[in-house]
Amino acid sequence: MAASASPLTRKDFVSTQDVRWCPGCGDYSVLANVQRVMPEFVEKRENVVFISGIGCSSRFPYYMNTYGFHTIHGRAPSFATGIKASNPDLSVWVVTGDGDGLSIGGNHLLHTIRRNLDLQILLFNNKIYGLTKGQYSPTSDEGTRTKSSPHGSIDHPIDPISFALGSGATFVARTIDVDATHMQQTLRRAHAHKGTAFVEILQNCPVFNDGVWEDVQDRKTRPDNSISLVHGEPLVFGTPGNLKGIVMNDGNPQVVDLTDDEDPLAKGIVVHDEFLESTAYAFALATLCRPDFPLPVGVLRQVEKTCYEDELEAQIQDSIDTKGPGSLEKLLHSGDTWQVPG
Amino acid sequence: MKIKRIEKRRDVSIRFCGDSGDGMQLTGTKFADETALAGNDLSTFPDFPAEIRAPAGTLAGVSGFQIHFASERVHTPADYPDVIVAFNPAAVRANVGDLRPGAMLIINSDAFNKKAWQRAGYTEDPIPDLRERFELVEIPLTALNREALVGLDLTQRAIDRCKNFFALGLLSWLYGRPMESTERWLGNKFEGDVLEANTRTLRSGWAFGETTELFPVSYQVPAAKIEGGSYRNITGNTALAWGIIAARVLMDRQVFLGAYPITPATDVLHEVARHRNFDIKTFQAEDEMAAVSSAIGASFAGNLGVTVSSGPGIMLKQEAIGLAIMVELPLVVIDVQRAGPSTGSPTKTEQGDLLLALFGRSSESPMPILAPSSAGDCFDTMIEAFRLAVKYMTPVMVLSDSYLANSSEPWKIPDIETLQRSPIRFAKREDFGEEGFMPYVRDPETLARPWAIPGEPELEHRLGGLTKEPVTGNVVYDPDNHAAMLKLRADKIAGIVADIPNIEVDGPTSGDLLVVGWGSTNGAITAAVDEAREDGLSVSRIHIRHMNPLPSNLQDVLSHFKHILLPELNGGQLSMILRSLFLLDIQPLNKVAGQPFRIAEIRSAIDEILREVN
Ligand SMILES: Cc1ncc(C[n+]2csc(CCOP(=O)(O)OP(=O)(O)O)c2C)c(N)n1
Ligand code: SF4
Repeated sequence: MAASASPLTRKDFVSTQDVRWCPGCGDYSVLANVQRVMPEFVEKRENVVFISGIGCSSRFPYYMNTYGFHTIHGRAPSFATGIKASNPDLSVWVVTGDGDGLSIGGNHLLHTIRRNLDLQILLFNNKIYGLTKGQYSPTSDEGTRTKSSPHGSIDHPIDPISFALGSGATFVARTIDVDATHMQQTLRRAHAHKGTAFVEILQNCPVFNDGVWEDVQDRKTRPDNSISLVHGEPLVFGTPGNLKGIVMNDGNPQVVDLTDDEDPLAKGIVVHDEFLESTAYAFALATLCRPDFPLPVGVLRQVEKTCYEDELEAQIQDSIDTKGPGSLEKLLHSGDTWQVPG
Repeated sequence: MKIKRIEKRRDVSIRFCGDSGDGMQLTGTKFADETALAGNDLSTFPDFPAEIRAPAGTLAGVSGFQIHFASERVHTPADYPDVIVAFNPAAVRANVGDLRPGAMLIINSDAFNKKAWQRAGYTEDPIPDLRERFELVEIPLTALNREALVGLDLTQRAIDRCKNFFALGLLSWLYGRPMESTERWLGNKFEGDVLEANTRTLRSGWAFGETTELFPVSYQVPAAKIEGGSYRNITGNTALAWGIIAARVLMDRQVFLGAYPITPATDVLHEVARHRNFDIKTFQAEDEMAAVSSAIGASFAGNLGVTVSSGPGIMLKQEAIGLAIMVELPLVVIDVQRAGPSTGSPTKTEQGDLLLALFGRSSESPMPILAPSSAGDCFDTMIEAFRLAVKYMTPVMVLSDSYLANSSEPWKIPDIETLQRSPIRFAKREDFGEEGFMPYVRDPETLARPWAIPGEPELEHRLGGLTKEPVTGNVVYDPDNHAAMLKLRADKIAGIVADIPNIEVDGPTSGDLLVVGWGSTNGAITAAVDEAREDGLSVSRIHIRHMNPLPSNLQDVLSHFKHILLPELNGGQLSMILRSLFLLDIQPLNKVAGQPFRIAEIRSAIDEILREVN
């Protein structure tokens, strides 16, 4: 997508507050990439709002020179709902963490996604509670040892992508903090989508959970451990000489080897389709996990559905059209009234 | 037809009671509407069970509606009914304790078979005993209603469901109530055979009254002398909802109501949701945290954010309210208090959330609190709440309760022109100098910071719960700054005292006894004090509406009385506050039974204090 003719540049989106994440934190790269693509999206900074909950990642709005609101733990989607429903012209972005969005705020995330307001929700998944100094989170792998799980976490983790799909998300994507090109492309797609765009960003927390995403972050191992989804392209991954593809075997995904000159379609490799109405395929993708499967990145699903704020405006307009604009005088005198002579 | 005697009465109180499925609330409401149109002053008290449909015929399922009307001012639904109309034995058993010996008890005699009175917990037929103790009027309501509706193509059940309107017709005759409003209501609500059935049985009830030997007398309660004007009946919940709508009109700004259903607050959401044509947004959130958060988000975006709930829901909202205090955004929070704690008695009344409103948030987080004193006052209180919220950039709490929510009173419809219009002014770039927009500069008079909304160029800023420094609003961690900001916010709220009316004393401004009230107890206290004065006692009275900050002359007013009596429907919450603030020996009168005060309860406390004095 070509950059727009916006008079703004990346610098216009940099606020004066000092950025205070730990050195090497994945959040820096997300911030940089968001600031870089913003000029493509808007011509006016004043129409952009960043809303966050609580956590390291939720400091994000302070660093964006737009309108911003750092709210309370888990509730960012609800604040965003009130903002977007009040003023649908605003470009509203929610920044949340795996703890913020899926633990204390799981309920709000679910309901906000299902209402399909035209929002972008960026969930920074570092599989740990950063701000409270390293407890296991709802996305932590089983067995994760932290100060609150010294014997290893015995929770079964939740997968943010499956969660979003299960909540009825109309746009679901995944990207990686260190892959600038992919992240920018994913942000463009998220912004272009009308409806709630849910993006999971795999983020490294070098202090409390260093390396949880290493196999997909490292350029060398990434091709073998992730699969980049492109609509209309076969699910092929790996490097020349070691190509692989995914086929469906009785509804179960399976990895098969491919030679470099083999036609993936002839081999029955699944062709990625973002626009399927049924979520079955997207769920199947979401359940692919390493080491047996590559981790899918890119847009898993994109469909169209009405947006809450539009329907709300339509109901108001409809009500005004049928009943006429509200009159306080008429309302107070409606129903049974009587006169007392004065 | 025999000519019957007509007796004049100054005031009458009637309680309709029956099974939850008998339509008692509807019967009472329609009787109240007729009574208003007859020109009486009135007060109603609906009292219904928490269960939607408790097992039929049991004590748990009894629903009641009391109405008190008079040819003079009425302050409460009356301590005890003069007449009880009971649709089944359970209703008799649950209510007859409130009936004076010899008073009229009208029953549906068809409902008094052995199975039914056993179900209600009677071990023997209660009728002979009731005949002895009361003026028992036994009416075969079920049979009379069926008779009136022969020939209609309705099921037996549907026919039997109309019998409350037979009773309504009968009572309308007995007290000379005009039935046009009820007939009009039926016409708007039903059609076909159902309309025919209800109308016919209603008229049959009236005709039955005229012809039966059971009632040798009918009663007349002349119209009350009340201030001239246009009137209507209103409940507190409707008045809260209309106050929200009025704020939308008067401030010329869109309202956003975020709410999650909870008894007894839900009706406010229902009523506002009906009026989308006012360009008002209602949002039924997934829970209370989302409800209040969405409302704060709406305020951030420049709308009038409001949320409504009851105690348990307010608890869940408190963290977000704390954020609204911290970021200084306008927000109105309505707490329709109910009897708790926890689920408690969700349909019953209490004033138990005062301390929750004052102190139930983390750290030091003061906010203005208002308490309406009547159903009609709920309307004005909402307008005042929005005014304060916007002017001072703060959340404001409104403490209504279940009693105000559901009881109704005649309300003089205000002249819209007299309502204060307060258009909102948002911040603009030109308000600021070269250094640009500063989100935490303050109006020197109100100490409010500017309201700058997304979409407005060059005012981009970031709000958040972290402690900010003045003017720039940048996050800082300096301890002195923390203390200074905390004090600034507290001073801002305390300063509102200059913007609220002084307390006015009803009665002499000094003396032996002052009765202090707040919120919904106004009616009972006023009636008790009036009664005491009629009996020659010297008692003064004040009623507090602004609970925080308290009116500036309050301490002075209190200091002129030897004794101060403070009735409230909780364990003594305002008493505790006033004692600690003013070091005065306030005598609490507390009731936490889920029921409003009876006049007699307050009266006897007054008598007791004055007896000691004299
Ligand atoms: C009501 C409430 N409970 C707990 C906290 C403490 N708290 C702050 S952030 C956080 C977890 C954040 O984890 P995550 O969302 O993964 O964000 P990260 O810091 O890793 O970016 C917790 C438990 C809080 N601020 N508020
Ligand atoms: S604790 Fe982890 S997530 Fe938080 S700022 Fe530091 S590196 Fe980033």
